Amino acid sequence: MRTIRSSKTAVLAAAAAAVVLAATSCSSSGGGTSSSSSSSYNAGITGVVNPSTHAGGTVAYQLSSTPDSMDPGNTYYAFMWDFSRLYARALTTFTPAPGTGGLKLVPDLATGLGTPSDGGKTWTYHIRTGLKFSDGTPITTADVKYAIERSNYAPDVLSNGPTYFHQYLVDNSTPYPGPYKDKTGGLDSIQTPDTHTIVFHLKQPFADFDYLVSNPQTAPVPAAKDTGASYVNNIVSSGSYMFSSYTDGKGATLVKNPNWSAGSDPLRKQYPDKITIDFNIAQTTVDQNLIAGNTTLDMAGAGMAAATQATALSNPSQKSHIDDAQSGALAYVAISTNVAPFNNIHCRQAVEYAIDKTSVQTATGGDVHGDIASTVLPPTVNGYTQYPDQYPTPGNAGADSTQGLNSAKQQLSMCGMPNGFTTNLSARSDRPNEIAMAQAIQASLKKVGINVDIQQYPSGKYFTDNAGAPAFVHSHDLGLMMMAWAADWPTGYGFLEQILDGATIKASGNSNLSELNDPNINQMLSSAIQNTDESARLQAWGTIDKAAMQQAAIVPLLYRKDLLYRPAAATNIYVTEAYGMYDYLNVGSTK
Amino acid sequence: MTAYIVRRVIAAIFLLIAVTMITFGIFFLVPRLAGETSTQLAAQYVGRDPSPEALAAVEKNLGFDQPIYQQWWEFAHGIVAGRTFRYGPDASVCHVPCFGYSFKSHLPVWPEIVSRLPVTISLAAGAAVIWVVTGVAIGVLSALKRGSVFDRLSMGLALAGVSLPIFFTALLSLALFSYKWPIFPNLQYVPLTQDPLLWAKNLVLPWVTLAFLYSALYARLTRAGMLETMSEDYIRTARAKGLPERQVVVRHGLRAALTPIITIFGLDLGLLLGGAVLTETAFSLPGVGQYAVEAITDNDLPQILAVTTLAAFFIVAANLVVDVLYVAVDPRVRYK
Repeated sequence: MRTIRSSKTAVLAAAAAAVVLAATSCSSSGGGTSSSSSSSYNAGITGVVNPSTHAGGTVAYQLSSTPDSMDPGNTYYAFMWDFSRLYARALTTFTPAPGTGGLKLVPDLATGLGTPSDGGKTWTYHIRTGLKFSDGTPITTADVKYAIERSNYAPDVLSNGPTYFHQYLVDNSTPYPGPYKDKTGGLDSIQTPDTHTIVFHLKQPFADFDYLVSNPQTAPVPAAKDTGASYVNNIVSSGSYMFSSYTDGKGATLVKNPNWSAGSDPLRKQYPDKITIDFNIAQTTVDQNLIAGNTTLDMAGAGMAAATQATALSNPSQKSHIDDAQSGALAYVAISTNVAPFNNIHCRQAVEYAIDKTSVQTATGGDVHGDIASTVLPPTVNGYTQYPDQYPTPGNAGADSTQGLNSAKQQLSMCGMPNGFTTNLSARSDRPNEIAMAQAIQASLKKVGINVDIQQYPSGKYFTDNAGAPAFVHSHDLGLMMMAWAADWPTGYGFLEQILDGATIKASGNSNLSELNDPNINQMLSSAIQNTDESARLQAWGTIDKAAMQQAAIVPLLYRKDLLYRPAAATNIYVTEAYGMYDYLNVGSTK
Repeated sequence: MTAYIVRRVIAAIFLLIAVTMITFGIFFLVPRLAGETSTQLAAQYVGRDPSPEALAAVEKNLGFDQPIYQQWWEFAHGIVAGRTFRYGPDASVCHVPCFGYSFKSHLPVWPEIVSRLPVTISLAAGAAVIWVVTGVAIGVLSALKRGSVFDRLSMGLALAGVSLPIFFTALLSLALFSYKWPIFPNLQYVPLTQDPLLWAKNLVLPWVTLAFLYSALYARLTRAGMLETMSEDYIRTARAKGLPERQVVVRHGLRAALTPIITIFGLDLGLLLGGAVLTETAFSLPGVGQYAVEAITDNDLPQILAVTTLAAFFIVAANLVVDVLYVAVDPRVRYK
């Protein structure tokens, strides 16, 4: 397994980056004094590449698809949460810094992080003074309250984003129907005693609340300008840039917001004159445009096309512009605890020992696409703890090593299945990498007598109808299911709750594919999230991770990585661990 | 003639109704036969991990809780009479022709299609001019110089053009002329009204790539037609009358050989106007074909319906135009 960067190095990297950013922020924004640092492979992971205060030019983004929405209250895509910060300031956000420094929360619209009271059930924030929308009207906490109401209580209008606020905030005595149906009332559990204070009342203590309010859903929206689903056509900005045009399905252009002031925002700069986005550009074209310097960044931040990767990595000058970034996602096999014989822990543990993770890694294209995993939490999530592999095999070779073969067979005997059995493994038919991994797993398990039939389902219905529908899983004997998961916010709770907590199991759209419902794990998750002591919480995530591995409900395969390309003209470029891609907040361009 | 056109238009309307019904049926009935519930269908249009309330709200708002025939009726009614939707603080009117609001973005579908039509028309029309001119010219020359080096070479090339899939030739032309030798760098669609020169420059590669396939087909068709026509008795008569060879070929030979070409041209152009899916995707052109791919990927019924109805309309319309054109091209044809 690849050595994970030590926390000491990470702290140094973060500190160095902070110094660079502080230095750049002190320079005149119009001075064009850029000091270019050398570009080398993975330089953007630990440091800022091309730090510069050069103002002017255009930062051009291209995207091979379309966002679910550019409305900050209606999006669930990580790259949109990253990008939307240019025009939508949430109460908090992540420190603009490379390495683990990027996982640290800082106040954005707010003056400080939240003040918990009532044992973590009440959270209070104060927003900065002098803030204005792009139309010149002042920003108040009523606009923040409204933004949360529209994004969480009107799913028939804005259906794409998460609804955590709806889940955690106390509802009205008569359930609040959202601002479009109830135009005069509001959600009582969000109070705005004055224009600069906002108070949230939760159903239960929730220590990750500062992370929750980093979501663009807390970015203020003026009720008078909200037109529901079509607000995306006329978004009113609270950030350093604002829309000058938006065409659904085609792209957008942003220009400097004249009503944004640097004095009220220690995080953002206004370097480029213009930011353009083109949607639906073929991925290979995006890659070639990056290499030729015709575009600044691939907005999706999900890596280059397979065809481009091979040639770019073999070309030293192109390779020096590549960062192999941890995406924050884990690729794993979920073992159903309710499909026989996996209702017996020893049969699950046999699979843990038998899978040859090295061959899985090779099947996806090698270590550039992921490091071999032995924990549920990836290293780029707050609370990740490196503990000894619970099912070690030499070289992670599983049943391809004598030790792995023997351990797996021993577990099979304890399970009462010494000669193995037959089961099904589901995978998404339109994800060739996932199919390749499934085939490698099939080959590994065959060595211990477990015959696997791979069942393929389209990704669009994988969670609604197939692997995410327990009744389907049981009736189709899906003992094993391919899965990839990333957190909605980079903490142990944000990552683990949906895939390990028994309370989250549901009939359709289920993410806890293993249907793990262990009272001990449920209890640990519940008590940790109520604990406002951060260090105790961080420790708890590691403990829960290990407990889940001992239950053998998940076989971690790879901590996913993506090959990102940064052209020479792009400035202030680094990978933020908060989103697992380049930080879009202060990217500039020399073009 | 008028009665003929009226009959054809009425038939076209019934065809379009059938197309929408079939699309509706495939979208709703096929998954339902496989056991999908309307809640599971609604879950595709909600973000990750939706709450039951969110699912119910989306299910109701998209009308999935209604019988399929009623959903279809509302859709069809909207095209001729418009509809009213509520996707925000105020109810908004979706004007005629209303193809509904996207399930994903909740934005009206028709304006989006209309904004993409110029791209598809630019692509299809430009390519059509190239393939008709080159295809017919090569076909005629090949037929006249049957067995010559030119004939063999052009027919070999035509065979390659017909055989090579467009996604291959598109990627190859991009790799060579946009990436390796950046003669056409950073290809992006620029509206004709904005910059005619850049419009044409950025469309040269897509035009030529698309035309390569079709001109190959047309060259072979023209050649075969010309060979047959040029061996007719009336050609011999025309020559015997002492007509110049050019007049014999163009006026008597080509005109007769053109009839099947016009038929197939109508169909091809109609099909392309409904979206050149592969070309638009490969060259990242924001046309109707790209929209179709997006619609299918997102499983977005209103978008799918709008694209299929539009494609069917263009094919039907092109066929009608072709049939009317026959009269001009072939004097033997008369409509009663």
